[in-house]
Formats: sequence, C-alpha cells, structure tokens
Amino acid sequence: MNQQTSSRPTTENSVGIVTPKSVDIKDPLKLACGQVLSEYHLVYETYGELNSDNSNAILVCHALSGNHHAAGYHTDNPDEKPGWWDNCIGPGKPIDTNKFYVVVPNNIGGCHGTTGPSSINPETGKIWGPDFPPLRFRDWVDSQVQLSDLLGIQTWAAIVGGSLGGMQAMRWSLEYPDRLKHCLVIASAMNLSPQNIAFNEMARQAILADPDFCEGRYLEQSKAPNTGLALARMIGHVTYLSQSQLEERFGRELRAGSFERGNDNPIQFEIESYLKYKGDQFAEEFDANTYMVITRMLDVFDLAREYNHDPVEAFSLATCRYFVASFSTDWRFSPDRSEDIVGALIGAKKQVSYLNIETDRGHDGFLSDIPRYIEGLGIYLSKVAGEIEDAS
Amino acid sequence: MRVDFEILKSWVPEGAHVLDLACGDGTLLRSLMDDRGVTGYGLENDHQSIAQCIEKGVNVIDKELVRDLNGFQDNSFDLVIMTQAIQVMEFPDIILDEMLRVGRECIVTFPNFGNIRTRGHLALRGKMPVTKKLPFQWYDTPNIHFCTVSDFQNLCKSKHYRFINQATQAELLFNKQLKGLWPNLFAETAIYHLTKQTAETE
Repeated sequence: MNQQTSSRPTTENSVGIVTPKSVDIKDPLKLACGQVLSEYHLVYETYGELNSDNSNAILVCHALSGNHHAAGYHTDNPDEKPGWWDNCIGPGKPIDTNKFYVVVPNNIGGCHGTTGPSSINPETGKIWGPDFPPLRFRDWVDSQVQLSDLLGIQTWAAIVGGSLGGMQAMRWSLEYPDRLKHCLVIASAMNLSPQNIAFNEMARQAILADPDFCEGRYLEQSKAPNTGLALARMIGHVTYLSQSQLEERFGRELRAGSFERGNDNPIQFEIESYLKYKGDQFAEEFDANTYMVITRMLDVFDLAREYNHDPVEAFSLATCRYFVASFSTDWRFSPDRSEDIVGALIGAKKQVSYLNIETDRGHDGFLSDIPRYIEGLGIYLSKVAGEIEDAS
Repeated sequence: MRVDFEILKSWVPEGAHVLDLACGDGTLLRSLMDDRGVTGYGLENDHQSIAQCIEKGVNVIDKELVRDLNGFQDNSFDLVIMTQAIQVMEFPDIILDEMLRVGRECIVTFPNFGNIRTRGHLALRGKMPVTKKLPFQWYDTPNIHFCTVSDFQNLCKSKHYRFINQATQAELLFNKQLKGLWPNLFAETAIYHLTKQTAETE
C-alpha cells in the first residue's frame, strides 16, 4: 500500500495514509442552550505517538469547513488531496509528528462523521435536521474535554486553531486553564464584527432561499439545497481572499465570451468561474444545516461576554502561554482583531508572542505555505517540544 | 553583552514587569529574565530578530513603533526600556511621553551626537559623521533624530522628568577618561533612567 504513496512528491514528510478513529461517548453532554446530548459519536484522527507520561499531545481545532482529516491521505490514490493542514502537520513540519501526538476531532454539529444535524436523533429515531440543538463554542470545548479524558490526556502541550479554531483554543484556555500549556491562536478574533455577521447572514439567507432546503428537512425528503449552499460558500469564500490576491490570480480575465464588438457570447469572468467551482465543490461535501449551526455559533461567540465584556478580566483566568498570529491582508479577521487579543493578554500580564505575517493570501493565509509563518510556528512549537523533553 | 546593557541592568529592580521597545534579538530581556527575574515583552518589527526572540523564549510582539503605544494601559509596566532606538523614532518626544505613560519609569540609551568624533566630522571635514557605531550615510540612515547629551537633558527638563540614574559610556580611551568631566563632548553612549513622578509622590 505504501509503495503507491511513495510516488507522491509530498510524502517524504507526510504522515502517510491515515485511518479516522471514532468513539461513542456515552457520558451526557450538557449544552449551553440547556439541552443535553445523551450520547454522541465523535470522529477524530491522530498522528504521531503519545509519550509515556502523556505530555506531548497537541489538540488541533478545525475551522468552519474543516474536519478531522488534517494531515496525510485516506487512500493510495495519487490524485487524492492531503488533509487540510498537511503543510503544518507531519514529520519535521511545525506541528512535528516525530515529537508530538496530534489529535484532530471533527466537532459536534459537523457533517463528516461526528454527530450533527444529519445524524439520527437517538430519542426520535429520525434525522435531527433543523432540530439539532443550537451550539456554543463551550459545547465544542466540553466535548473535546470528554475526548481528552478518554484518550488519557490530562494536559495538552498545546491547543492550536486557526480562524474559528482559534476561538475554540481561547475558550479552552479560559474554561480549563490547567489543561493546556500553550494556546496558539491564528487569524482569529474575540468576537465577530457586524460585517462578519452580515456575511454570515447573507450565506444563511442563500441557503434558506433554496426551495430544496425544505425548512431544513431536505434529507428526509431526499433533496439537497446545493444551489443555496454553493452560494453561501461563494459569499464566505470571497471573504477569505484578499483584493491583491484576486487581482493577481484572476484580474479581469475572461473565462468565456469576449469584449469585442460584434460578439454577443455571454461574458464570464475567471473569478466568477472560480467561485462557482468552489461553491459547487463545497456543496457536494458539506451539510446545509451544519453551515447554519456553525455560522450562528460564530455570530454569538464573544470571548469576554461572561467576564463583564472585559477581555483583560477574561484572560486573567488563563495560565498558559499564548502565540498569536495574523495575516496582513486578512479582512475577515484583520490584524487589528489579533492585536486586540494581544493587547488584552498584555493587560492581563500573560505570556504572549505575536506575529503579523505580511502576505497577499488574506484570511486563507493561515492554511498557506508562507515561509515566515511556517518558520515562526515551527520555532515556537520546537520550544514547546523542548519543554516537554526537559520535564521528562 | 553590550556595555549599555551591563550598566542599565544594574538599575532594573528585581522582578520588575518590563516592556522593551525595539528589543532586537531579545538578548537584553533574556538576560533580565535570567538574572533579575523580570517579566514582560519586547516590541520589534524586524523579522529575523522576532524569530530569535521566540527561540530564546522571550515574549515578542510584532509591531512597528510609530508614534504611540496605543493599546497599552497607563502605568501597566514598572519599567519601559528603549536602547539605541530613540534616534530612529519619527517623534522621539512623543515616544518618551508614551514610555512614561505606560511605565512608571523608563530607561533610554542613545548615541551621543555631541561626541568629539562626530563633531570633528562636521567641523573639520564638513561631512555628516560616519563612524563604526554610526556607519550610515546621511541619505540611508535610519537615524533621523540625533541628539546630544545636553539636548536630551534639556528635553527631559522641559517635560519635568526626574533623573533617577544617568551614566555615560565610551570605548575609546580618551573618551573614557574624559567623559566624566565633560559628558556632552566625550560620552559615546548616554544611558538615562527617568520617571515623571517627583521624589515626594513616589
């Protein structure tokens, strides 16, 4: 099986072929909304080896469209794309699987195996659909705590997340301060701006407007609101890219038609075609109800709400060290939003280092191979690995 | 270790909470953490220096120091340090105010432009000084606001800042021997420890 994979050019520092794991968690999960998930299924992947005192574990929190498959491949098909953060997770990479045991769960409410709106509600025997309980970030954190306990990990060496993954990491550091040593918050924010909420609402309205959404009961009626979901993704996706990146990559190039007089073929710009492709691809893999649940979670998230709306007061509970990174052209969670996090951490006299990465990659910078970013993350995490070695 | 570091280190209180502006590769903060048990952060915007700080386990904030310390609360540090950088600032006087807003005390070190060698360049050669410590040409220097020991003292006096400590440093023998007598002419580097509080209010 591995002979095939060795033909892939990127496999020399890849975790190779991985198999997702899963667990049925029977302990009830009390949700912030008051409802209880009496039991749920959680899918996750792990890379690397847990050391003898369980001190080298890193939890990676995925973002909106992500899932448990963060690194390596599922098959030996040479056309298969690797996991979503393969450039950062692997032997010799910043999240070095020679040193760390990496755990990546698929969050509850998701649509890649973990219990979510497309799962069967055990109490009714029917698909949850739109009746899936509204979630908060703390529910994700609490379910990850249950997974930590099952895996025997009392303290994470680090919890890492980009975008909404960073929000989970920050929430962890306030809710369970003694269960992590380092918190890495990348391209994130302490809450959504009105502009962020506006884009999420446009995305939701796109889904709601699709007649195949059937008020969220499309699975029972064997329908799929792919048009609405694709449009939602197009709206979201454009906010992940920077103006200069769009300019460079697509410019005003045409995919179809012509500007010439006497030519009445319909015009399609390259950017239109690209967004359409991305949207359609996403709609094939993602669940509309999950998109509704998670975008609403994002809107509601506010790290400091329960701490008198004072981020300094919030972070004063934390005991871990922080690494914060932002990307210069990110307008979804701009560097200013990261600087707010850093300012609050400094106000709370917490240990923090901050990198603002110059790039044209916008919000998607956190998934990109930007040398200074990869190097900075690598240096920080090799210090973390050093601490683990010194302690054992 | 740089001589100005050695001198100012002895002025830093044990366990102080420190902000080091333009902290470079983190050498000073690391040594203050190890030897004086300080906590705090460095501010830096040079990419390589930032990476070196992280490697040393020094908290570093990637930020260009432009005009103010926006986002830093009043009196949130025991001490704000800036070594060999005030001459690079666009608004040195405002930065000094900001240092003493955010910190109860500050330490500033800078190259003394009143030193006899720099004066010699101007007086005898009629050229802007280019020395080992100030190796730039007038058009490519990052040092846009040079001052002399007297100039700096006058600025501090006009702002009613109080000198807690002051020292000068020189490497050349004749500068070394004469800097105590006539600092404005013979000091190569000046090191000032300031506060805006008067002795009574402390």
